[in-house]
Amino acid sequence: MELFRLTAHELHDKLRAGEITSVEITQSVLERINAVDSKIQAYVTVVEELALEQARIVDVHLRDGDPLPLLAGIPVSLKDLICTKGIPTTCSSRILQDFVPPYDATVAQKLNDQQIVMLGKLNMDEFAMGSSTENSAFMVTRNPWDLERIPGGSSGGAAAAIAADAAICALGSDTGGSIRQPAALCGIVGMKPTYGRVSRYGLVAFASSLDQIGPLTKDVTDCAWMLNAICGHDPMDSTSVNLPVPDFTQSLVQDIEDLRIGIPDEYFIEGMESDVERRVREAIAELEGLGAQVVRVSLPHSEYAVATYYIIAPAEASANLARYDGVRYGFRAEETTDLIDMYKKTRSKGFGSEVKRRIMLGTYALSSGFYDAYYLKAQKVRTLIKQDFDEAFEQVDVIVAPTSPTGAFKIGEKVDDPLQMYLSDILTIPANLAGLPGISIPCGLTLQNLPVGLQIVGKPFDEETVLRTAYTYEQNTDHHKQRPTLE
Amino acid sequence: MNSKYETVIGLEIHAELATESKLFCRCKVGFGAEANTQTCPICLGMPGVLPVLNERALEYTIRAALALNCEIPPYSKFDRKNYFYPDLPKGYQISQLHLPFSQNGYVEFDLERERKKVGITRVHLEEDAGKLVHTGVSNSSNMSYVDFNRSCIPLIEIVGEPDLRSPAEAIAYMRAVKEILEYVGVSHCNMEQGQLRADLNVSLRPRGSSEYGTRTEVKNMNSFRSILAALEYEVERQAQVLDSGGSVEQETLLFDEERGITMSMRNKEEAHDYRYFPEPDLVPFEIDATWVEQLRSDLPELPLQRRERLQREYGLSADDALALAATRQMADYYEACVSLSGQAKECANWVRGDLSALLNETGQTIELCRATPQHLADMLSLIQSGAISGKIAKTVLEKMFHTGRDAKSIVEAEGLTQISDEDQIAAIIDDVIDSHPGPADDVRNGRLKAIGFLVGQVMKATQGKANPRLVNELLRAKLLG
Repeated sequence: MELFRLTAHELHDKLRAGEITSVEITQSVLERINAVDSKIQAYVTVVEELALEQARIVDVHLRDGDPLPLLAGIPVSLKDLICTKGIPTTCSSRILQDFVPPYDATVAQKLNDQQIVMLGKLNMDEFAMGSSTENSAFMVTRNPWDLERIPGGSSGGAAAAIAADAAICALGSDTGGSIRQPAALCGIVGMKPTYGRVSRYGLVAFASSLDQIGPLTKDVTDCAWMLNAICGHDPMDSTSVNLPVPDFTQSLVQDIEDLRIGIPDEYFIEGMESDVERRVREAIAELEGLGAQVVRVSLPHSEYAVATYYIIAPAEASANLARYDGVRYGFRAEETTDLIDMYKKTRSKGFGSEVKRRIMLGTYALSSGFYDAYYLKAQKVRTLIKQDFDEAFEQVDVIVAPTSPTGAFKIGEKVDDPLQMYLSDILTIPANLAGLPGISIPCGLTLQNLPVGLQIVGKPFDEETVLRTAYTYEQNTDHHKQRPTLE
Repeated sequence: MNSKYETVIGLEIHAELATESKLFCRCKVGFGAEANTQTCPICLGMPGVLPVLNERALEYTIRAALALNCEIPPYSKFDRKNYFYPDLPKGYQISQLHLPFSQNGYVEFDLERERKKVGITRVHLEEDAGKLVHTGVSNSSNMSYVDFNRSCIPLIEIVGEPDLRSPAEAIAYMRAVKEILEYVGVSHCNMEQGQLRADLNVSLRPRGSSEYGTRTEVKNMNSFRSILAALEYEVERQAQVLDSGGSVEQETLLFDEERGITMSMRNKEEAHDYRYFPEPDLVPFEIDATWVEQLRSDLPELPLQRRERLQREYGLSADDALALAATRQMADYYEACVSLSGQAKECANWVRGDLSALLNETGQTIELCRATPQHLADMLSLIQSGAISGKIAKTVLEKMFHTGRDAKSIVEAEGLTQISDEDQIAAIIDDVIDSHPGPADDVRNGRLKAIGFLVGQVMKATQGKANPRLVNELLRAKLLG
């Protein structure tokens, strides 16, 4: 049996039934990584020995009949910007190439509490800036559905690994679509919870008011399990919200009778691939057939979302990335003449071009004389975008739309055209600006055999309805069972 | 000073708050620890870490602000102030630009019997930076190290209005602010340890003008002596520039203590653009008005009010009140002494005089003083009853101060009790007259000045223990009949 092909909940059942051991699962996934990662290049770091050691410990507990958390013994991989104590955390950047955090991110700690098996760290666009994972300083991750194509980004390593069965579950981060867009392009499930639902402590910051950690999984059930493990207030993160966390597995029910689903006109944009639109329209019809009420809604300020995002996110990034100065840790340029020279050379050589582009954008937007016209204006538009959603959610329970306007594009296709690349996130950015929970689930393939993602966005802290909608759709379709043939 | 110009000074005072832990992490605050031992990933600015506000620092800020008569707005937030420097681990300082925790206050103080009032623009809270340590002789060494123990210690910045009109006034203002912060217990204000520092904004304008002249800013001053020197230098320098027909350049200056001059650090063109924007890692704060009122009602009596009350209640002079209320602890000590002894003026003399001298000599603070108010009151009652003389009391106080024993046991153990027995004194007087016939005759012949000599001889013979009033009386009776 190829254990690596199973979901976390399937593996859990077999583990608890005593049919398999955690070491067997771990070995199976490690062998899969060995077999396919040279093609997809999803992993920056694999911690084979640690993984097997952790698996052995869980197996001892299983044998002794000790009570264990749900995810115990299940291999999990993390996007390489979630700090892991003693394991390199590079952000796929030269400037942090050798950085080993002396602390765990809160989510890493929570997963350790679950006694998961840590497999390794996943490739990404440098500092999560990008939509294709081409901006990694180390390598370009490939889409398992077509190795000539990008997996999406910035959590491209995570999405590709899940799609290629080179990981069971993964955590990524989503600032403008960095979980949902690669999940869509790789045909898997990816969810960004409500801003404040998951602690950001130990998540290397890109844009603090937008970043949120979330799971990438093979199905909606695994997604709910992972959410249960990582959500909750954290005294180490002032922006994490002190609200009770529901048991998300309670939302794994097929029931969307009379659920009101909003379809925003503005999300079926010009330039959208017709196959993508077709699959999404079919999915909406499917949901309607399952009892949901479909309502047209308007989110009139959506067209300003990308522009707004590309002021706010780089502005915050310009400050967040100032700490990489070569003084205390990470890369420091050699042969420098003085302090300023050290700063300049360290940051010129340590950062890739997209990161530098965004630092410059953000620095400019915050500069004296420009602040009001850019940053302040963008914050005002952000409020308007939020209000659009508030009004729409008076009429509907969830909003359904495509995740990405296109399927996976070719490697190199957009690298020289940042604006085209930025538009890749046009349908995911608004949920970040409004802080809303959103999921992307597979809803079929294009004629080129590339996955299409269906995006479901919910009210603040209403992950439950999002999960229920996604689960109902998933259980009545087979899209999530489709896997690329890598061999 | 050139009288053509009016001096305009405004101070930005930075005070480290006396919290036990840092502003945004749990690291301990303490002076003198080994470099980088009071640090953690948060105050080192490691990737992915987040700040969490120390509530005690907020409380101290509000307390300071209330004592400085500031308004506390209901809503406040932090901003990021961006600049690169090796002692600033995140590449930005978490500070407050818009919506500080307080604004629109004032400080009142007396300078040469005149009441002054200086506006406070705002009091805001921010984090301190680390400290650079350079090795070797400056200019020849290319190595610098950073100690981050100070990084993230809470600082309040008290931005004063340009209401000060002379260096002396600026010093008096800074002293008043220091006293207030010490009174409300939010900062130790130890200037040698850099817990209290000031940036000095100086400009001149023609007398009678209502427009401000171009100002310069002298950065990071941490002693009254150098503040005074820098201000006096800068006022004189600007006057000379103006006198020679030039114009003052807006720039940031550093004061060279050894040479006593200011030097340019950066000019207007080189001024930083700090690119402030709201700190997204900390949610805005709503300040509970009931809590603020609670803090207000918990404030101790402040220095100015205390001085006025000391004068009123105990009939002290302005000078006595000024000295005795210099710190809250000193004033508390004094009032405790008075309430135990009922001798307001005597207490003032002893506390201001001998006790203060002993404190200064030993570098001790009054709150740790081993001679307690009870000890001092007991000593005063021994003087009052004639058991010891004022002169002997000085010795007693010194012994109380060093040993913590009470006055009575010292007097008994050391045999310091005053001799007030008339027969005993009379016998000694007879001896003295016998051995000094010359001066005795002088007195008999009306040259009364010689009495002093004879009294001195009696005191000497009794090791100072004879009651000097009695000695005087008996001598006169004996020689002048």
